[in-house]
Amino acid sequence: MRTLFLAASLLAFWLALSGHYTLFLIGVGILATVLCVAAASRMHILDEEGQPTELLLSAPSYWFWLYIEIAKSAWAVTRVILHPSLPISPTFTKVRASQQTAAGQATYANSITLTPGTITTGVDGDIFTVHALLKDGADDVEAGAMDARVSKFEGTA
Amino acid sequence: MEMISQAAHAASWVLIVAGSFFLVAGALGMLRMPDVYTRMHAASVIDTLGATLLILGLAIQAGFTLVTLKLFFVLALLFFFGPVASHALAQAALYAGVEPILDEDRRNRTVPGDTANKDATPESPGKSTPTRPT
Repeated sequence: MRTLFLAASLLAFWLALSGHYTLFLIGVGILATVLCVAAASRMHILDEEGQPTELLLSAPSYWFWLYIEIAKSAWAVTRVILHPSLPISPTFTKVRASQQTAAGQATYANSITLTPGTITTGVDGDIFTVHALLKDGADDVEAGAMDARVSKFEGTA
Repeated sequence: MEMISQAAHAASWVLIVAGSFFLVAGALGMLRMPDVYTRMHAASVIDTLGATLLILGLAIQAGFTLVTLKLFFVLALLFFFGPVASHALAQAALYAGVEPILDEDRRNRTVPGDTANKDATPESPGKSTPTRPT
């Protein structure tokens, strides 16, 4: 199932990038797909961590939610940058991630980093170290709204 | 038809100019921020909001073509690889011993359910060094 999904998406990616649909180019595309899938299979990364197809259905609504968060924080950081006195309050903190799977934890850590103003600098088990540009940003991460949203996203798998 | 293409043209330019504003703001932030960690926060404005607005504007210019699809591949690439690069950079800086300028250090705060760091001793803010995972 995961193998088929990876093969289909790789071939679709090839066709989209190529834009030329001659027998030769499609044939080479199929060959490249088979080689990539064989390599992924040999590396044993065709599992729920490397190929989390279960999350695909709930991904669009999560990405939409995340994007709103990103836009809000990007605006907050931009205002700080353009403020004459540069009112930053850098804060280091740590939070616990409540996700059960590796894919869920990676999603949470990457979402924190993607959101302007906060960066995940370390992961130790389920404890994340987070650097925040503003004290408010650190408070928000500690409050755990994003953690709960990622767990909900992961739980729909 | 003419009206629609005019409106699309205007919308695309609004998006491109708005995106460029965030690129310039991010670049200005990188110059104004005091240390490597805070500079990274300024840079993240560029590759999230700035890049999205710019690519949306360009996608409207390109219309429903393969070029638009490729633009969205670029955007997806930024959103998946950007945080990996940021994380690697921040962790490399910590391992190299670059001390962050901090207002407050809560790295020793007790987190509910934390067992790994139970007997951590509080250190003075900004002085604690990152520990390598064993």
